[in-house]
Amino acid sequence: MATATAQSGHHDAHASHTPSFFARWFLSTNHKDIGTLYLLFAFCAGIIGAFLSFGIRMEMEEPGLQYFSNPGTYNVFVTGHGLIMVFFMVMPALIGGFGNWFVPLMIGAPDMAFPRMNNISFWLTVAGFASLVCSLFVEGAPGTSGAGTGWTVYPPLSTSGHPGPSVDFAIFALHLSGAGSILGAINFITTILNMRAPGMTLHKMPLFAWAELVTAFLLLLSLPVLAGAITMLLTDRNFGTTFFDPAGGGDPVLYQHLFWFFGHPEVYIMILPAFGIVSHIISTFSRKPVFGYLAMAYAMVAIGVVGFVVWAHHMYTVGLSLQTQSYFVFATMVIAVPTGVKIFSWIATMWGGSIRFTAAMHWAVGFIFLFTVGGVTGVVLANSAVDKYLHDTYYVVAHFHYVLSLGAVFIIFAGVYYWFPKMTGYVIPEWAGKLHFWLAFIGANILFFPMHFLGLAGMPRRYADYPEAFAGWHKVSTWGGHIFALGMVVFFIGVVLAFRSKVRAADNPWGEGATTLEWTLSSPPPFHQFETLPTIVDDHGH
Amino acid sequence: MRTTQAQHRSSWGLAAGALAALGTTLVSTAALAAGIGQPEPWQMDRQVAVTENARDIHTFEQGMHWLSFGISAFVLGLIVYCIFKFNAKANPVPSKTTHNTMIEIAWTIVPVLILVAVAIPSFRLLRTQLSDPKADVIIKVIGHAWYWSYEYPAVENGGGFTFDANIDEEKQPKLLGTDNDMVVPVNKIVKIQVTAADVLHSWAMPSFGFKIDAIPGRLNQFWFKAEREGTYHGQCSELCGARHAYMPITVQVVSDEAYAAWLAEGKTKFARLDDGSKFAEAK
Repeated sequence: MATATAQSGHHDAHASHTPSFFARWFLSTNHKDIGTLYLLFAFCAGIIGAFLSFGIRMEMEEPGLQYFSNPGTYNVFVTGHGLIMVFFMVMPALIGGFGNWFVPLMIGAPDMAFPRMNNISFWLTVAGFASLVCSLFVEGAPGTSGAGTGWTVYPPLSTSGHPGPSVDFAIFALHLSGAGSILGAINFITTILNMRAPGMTLHKMPLFAWAELVTAFLLLLSLPVLAGAITMLLTDRNFGTTFFDPAGGGDPVLYQHLFWFFGHPEVYIMILPAFGIVSHIISTFSRKPVFGYLAMAYAMVAIGVVGFVVWAHHMYTVGLSLQTQSYFVFATMVIAVPTGVKIFSWIATMWGGSIRFTAAMHWAVGFIFLFTVGGVTGVVLANSAVDKYLHDTYYVVAHFHYVLSLGAVFIIFAGVYYWFPKMTGYVIPEWAGKLHFWLAFIGANILFFPMHFLGLAGMPRRYADYPEAFAGWHKVSTWGGHIFALGMVVFFIGVVLAFRSKVRAADNPWGEGATTLEWTLSSPPPFHQFETLPTIVDDHGH
Repeated sequence: MRTTQAQHRSSWGLAAGALAALGTTLVSTAALAAGIGQPEPWQMDRQVAVTENARDIHTFEQGMHWLSFGISAFVLGLIVYCIFKFNAKANPVPSKTTHNTMIEIAWTIVPVLILVAVAIPSFRLLRTQLSDPKADVIIKVIGHAWYWSYEYPAVENGGGFTFDANIDEEKQPKLLGTDNDMVVPVNKIVKIQVTAADVLHSWAMPSFGFKIDAIPGRLNQFWFKAEREGTYHGQCSELCGARHAYMPITVQVVSDEAYAAWLAEGKTKFARLDDGSKFAEAK
């Protein structure tokens, strides 16, 4: 603590030499500035993604076509919502944003290993987003602008079904942001493996750094497969190849295998960093070290490894053989075990603790429960026999929104409330964080829980219009969406109040439970930190 | 500070109570509302199963939902206990326990045992579902953007025809009716062989408990034995473009006599199927 304070004092002079506005924000090589850019970008993209979901929810409030005279445009909204939330909101926020900000701080490094590569990772993501936005405004399916293929971009709908250039733009968007993510992953792996402070062995490294390390490996191994698949799609569309066209000896199911070989690790890419953040928040506010640290770290490794061999559970209805389906049922269920270890270890961390219910803690505790709900419906869906009924219904929509919208997104907010004082030096009023939590918690449950009922009753996904019988629960669901949106308003009010009231945050506003290295620095940290590396003597780093 | 903590606790308690109530309502009313052959308003459970396999899966899934509810309630209970017992006011000095080998082994082994208990019936159901009994009737189903067509091969006293099933917006329930329905005999093993002409589609029938993707260049197969006469509705379940929501599936399950009469009638009513077209029999 003493060393770190001395350090930040020592570097104050240095820190004041910040570059000019343009150089600082457009040519940035500073991990904290790039992290800030990623977070701002994620929130902007998130707002656009949220507006698309608002369009979806308004249309679904009643049967019939209310707002979308062309149901193809509804498909474009569904597709845009999925792609934006996955690639341009959750990933930039959890990996580019919090990862860039706090991995170097937590492991005691002055910056990322490749600062300029860090910069291009960010701007490739922005370029990808620009390409995706372009795709919304050029023709896709005949007579409709935008790609209405679903985020999975399955052929032949994405090839012969969308002759216009929209899908090409969407593919290019994924290529660009994918390249950005691969470079980012290389950066994280190099940083974490080589730049830890003296004394910080891998087994003393904070769990958030572990989470980002596993995530980076998943990105590095899965994204090239996606890039290959969508390149094949691109050549099928434009250069006369027939990888996925049976007329030329291809097979549409090949695309699905390639896509989900990426797509399943992708869901862990979105949730693993959140697991890391939850561990720190629970530990900080319980004033206890994380329970079963090593098991927590290796549970994430196990989830990452097994996550690569379960992809075809997204494909139980394509006509796989009995043996293949049985294997994927088995492998999928295995994932529940390390996930259970994590859930119980978080509760065990709280057990016997001295818990303070700050805003961040509200979000983290809410996450544990909601992620459990999303997890158990995942085990239901893992059973291929049952999935034959539930596949492509709203039950699946409910399941993945419980683990992503009420999982990953809840922890993005938890991370904001937890680290906002560190990142900005200001404090969001606690009441705003708590009110936001309760509106989001109640709203999201009313929004997504009835979708289980709709799915069980047989309501298929990606439908712009539906039979009368489904109207009741859809209406309830839309009300929930309004409550959730109200919570977002409270969030923005909280952030504005933080900057306007200018209440200064302490270096460590959370007290003795916050033991990771970022809390030894000033709030906000100096422009360059740890020029004299901190030395880790005990298991301080947990 | 103390009062605010008390408030936190009571608001958490309220939320826990509300969720528990929601869960109880879910499980207790689950069996009540369910449509036969179609969804019903405020339905919270599967549509009524009319095949043995669908019924078995339904029972299995009910069990899974009880298990899910139990696990969620258990986790919620532990969280609520922590909130009341281990908040800063009730427990000012935190313990320093970070390991307990026995409990860590327990919470690894117990989930494994639960999953094994789930997997055994799950694999049995899957085996039945994907078994290949001898078919009484074989029908080819082809998905098009955006309608289904059905081919009935020639049999002794009829068949040998094909027809398209387009949405009929006049029919009730709305969006679920077709102009020509697929007709099958009751209590007979019906095998459908499914493919698609343009993009992916999926032939789904909730009452029969399954869906099977229609994929260009592939011939997928599924079987069912409907045990109850009646009209059953399903909807295309793989995104296939603008009118994805407007290509419903309607199956009429009828008596043997009615089926024979329909086959004979269809021979004159529908387009003749080319004699050269033979059906693949997987046996």
